[in-house]
Amino acid sequence: MNSNIGSMPLRYRITIDREQCMECGRCVENCSYGVFRWDGDRILINSRNCTACHRCLTYCPRDAIMLEEHPCDYRSHPVWTRQVRESIYNQARTGKIILAGMGSVADLPIIFDHLMLDACQVTTPPTDPLREPVELRTYLGKKPSKLDIVRKPDGDIELSTKLTPNLMLETPIMLGHMSYGAISLNAQLAMARAAKETGTYMGTGEGGLHTDLYPYQDRMIVQIASGRFGVNVDYLERGAAIELKLGQGAKPGIGGHLPGEKVSAHVSRTRMIPEGSDAISPAPHHDVYGIEDLPQLVNSVKEATGWKKPVFAKIAAVNNNAENVAAIARSGVDAVAIDGFRGGTGAAPRVFRDHVGIPIEVAIATADKELRKQGLRNEVSLIACGSIRESADVAKAIALGADAVYIGTAALVAMGCRVCGNCYQGVCSWGIATQRPNLVARLDPDVASKQVANLIHAWTLEITELMGAAGINSIESLRGNRDRLRGYMLDEGLLEILDVKSVGA
Amino acid sequence: MAKQITIDAKGVHYTPLNQQIRKAIDDGADEIVINNVLGQRFIGNGLRGNAVIRVNGVAGGDLAMFMSGPTVIVHGNAEHAPGNTMDSGKVVIHGSAGDAVAHSMRGGKVFVRGDIGYRGGIHMKQYEDQRPILVVGGSAQTFLGEYMAGGLLLVLALDGVMNAREIGSGIHGGEIVIRGNVDESRLAAGAKKMPLTDEDRARIAPVIREFAADFELDAEPLVNADYTRIVPASARPFAGKYTWE
Repeated sequence: MNSNIGSMPLRYRITIDREQCMECGRCVENCSYGVFRWDGDRILINSRNCTACHRCLTYCPRDAIMLEEHPCDYRSHPVWTRQVRESIYNQARTGKIILAGMGSVADLPIIFDHLMLDACQVTTPPTDPLREPVELRTYLGKKPSKLDIVRKPDGDIELSTKLTPNLMLETPIMLGHMSYGAISLNAQLAMARAAKETGTYMGTGEGGLHTDLYPYQDRMIVQIASGRFGVNVDYLERGAAIELKLGQGAKPGIGGHLPGEKVSAHVSRTRMIPEGSDAISPAPHHDVYGIEDLPQLVNSVKEATGWKKPVFAKIAAVNNNAENVAAIARSGVDAVAIDGFRGGTGAAPRVFRDHVGIPIEVAIATADKELRKQGLRNEVSLIACGSIRESADVAKAIALGADAVYIGTAALVAMGCRVCGNCYQGVCSWGIATQRPNLVARLDPDVASKQVANLIHAWTLEITELMGAAGINSIESLRGNRDRLRGYMLDEGLLEILDVKSVGA
Repeated sequence: MAKQITIDAKGVHYTPLNQQIRKAIDDGADEIVINNVLGQRFIGNGLRGNAVIRVNGVAGGDLAMFMSGPTVIVHGNAEHAPGNTMDSGKVVIHGSAGDAVAHSMRGGKVFVRGDIGYRGGIHMKQYEDQRPILVVGGSAQTFLGEYMAGGLLLVLALDGVMNAREIGSGIHGGEIVIRGNVDESRLAAGAKKMPLTDEDRARIAPVIREFAADFELDAEPLVNADYTRIVPASARPFAGKYTWE
């Protein structure tokens, strides 16, 4: 390496309490990053390889391993932070764009945490969900603007309005698009089984549909992204719905790129590209060069599948989000997924991940408001995604106008992911973001699917309780119901944008 | 005996038109003739089987998109993106076609006798025995073969000069073969010129002959003409752009 910069201070330091350690070697077996190795009968440590994935800690039977972040200080400085300095060292050495894994690490305020939910007290009583039903069933897709009814000669009445296909969800929580290639087949299988068990849906991402997922195809939303990987008419017909990926919150305005190293024999078959070749998804769909072209793609997909499936579009949340959503609502799309700037990713340029886009809370609120203003709210359902972390985020997103949410990182965490952000290395020790057979085998799809299903179930219960406490017995009454939110320490401008009152008001 | 069904597309919206085409295939038609086509989109969209569909008139956008098997012959021009994300089968256009012809095409053949617009053959890709082929009789516009990941893109430039510049920007697979010499300055970053070897010529000769037969051209002068072959400079055009955090 031709630079005078030398090695960076350790990011993490791993230590073994030698009194506790019984030299069982599980750390050596489990670490896929090469931190531990045997030297005779002693375990040596190379902390430089550590990613804080916690796999060794989890499997150490004696709790002998300890991890410390940033064991070496820089001179503290509020402007020239550690991250800023280390990025400069990196780019001074390489002259390249810095890629990073998972969602934004920018330390910006989270609006969800400044929104408080309402509850009933004396003037109106709460509902007890144990006693009274609280309905979370959600339908995604176009709703008719009016219903025409014909009266038949025998006095019976019949609906004459032609309804468009909707997806029926038992809970407003869906599993977002993470492709086979970015994550392992076992991770996808686990989520597919969880989706089936909980009555919801999952996204395929832009990686095609592996044959092992065919038994769950009625729970899959198949994605068409700009690379068109794995897309043919068979794929479209298998999905319960079809999603056009137009953007991603972690990297708005740019395409994606699965490096050839990750295109294994199986991934190559599903994506329908040669093994080891780069899978490049261009920034735009090259048949959509403007909003006028979008209806052509939407209608083409509908035409190819006989108008039997809802078509979704996914966009990143950016400045003119409301206009984007309103334009999409006029294109024939049935649901719009909006991915906020904290959305996850296997890899994205750091500068995009941390600096481009707007928060999902704002994007959903402004989209809902604009659609209502233009009389288009029934034309599309809204799906909020990008850093939905807990059930309260789901409830708040719905109160801001979402119909449902996609979760991504939260589902991975439910399968063991420690958010170490090293997905791009392709050696995920949890068997999630890897294609190496020995690592993939660590993730038992039966066990992991139960965990994901448990998470969805737990959140669903919590949302039911939150709604009951607010005296709301159906999800429709929560949707866009900003009166049940209050902003705490949010500025006046933002409150106005969100259309939410301040606490106390 | 081949079963032929004729459809009159005059004033018919594309959805009922496609329904009629699908019904004709379900009824066992081997050949479907559609008359008075005037810009209806999505003809042959997502169709399977091996019927021959003759389009008399101007086909609208996304002709034969996602198509898997049939042959579509257009006696006229075609709009935006014929052969878009097509799987297999054949599209023969006796006129010219718009932008993004054969976009993300995965297999089968698209033959255009006339000219094509911008971004022809963009992101065509191949997998195992599926190898898409786009042949253009006339000229192509700029960004020809952009992001190309596989297959063969052949431009015969039968009607004079070939307009394309920025040829093969981001190309990382497949080959672009253009009749005559193509100046280096017309190539985009990431594309490079290679001489056409005898082996290459033997490989493209059957494609040229098939094209010539479809349009009643004299094949042999074309088979023996001079060609420029353009291929990726690297299979990893973006490999040098990034570093990890």
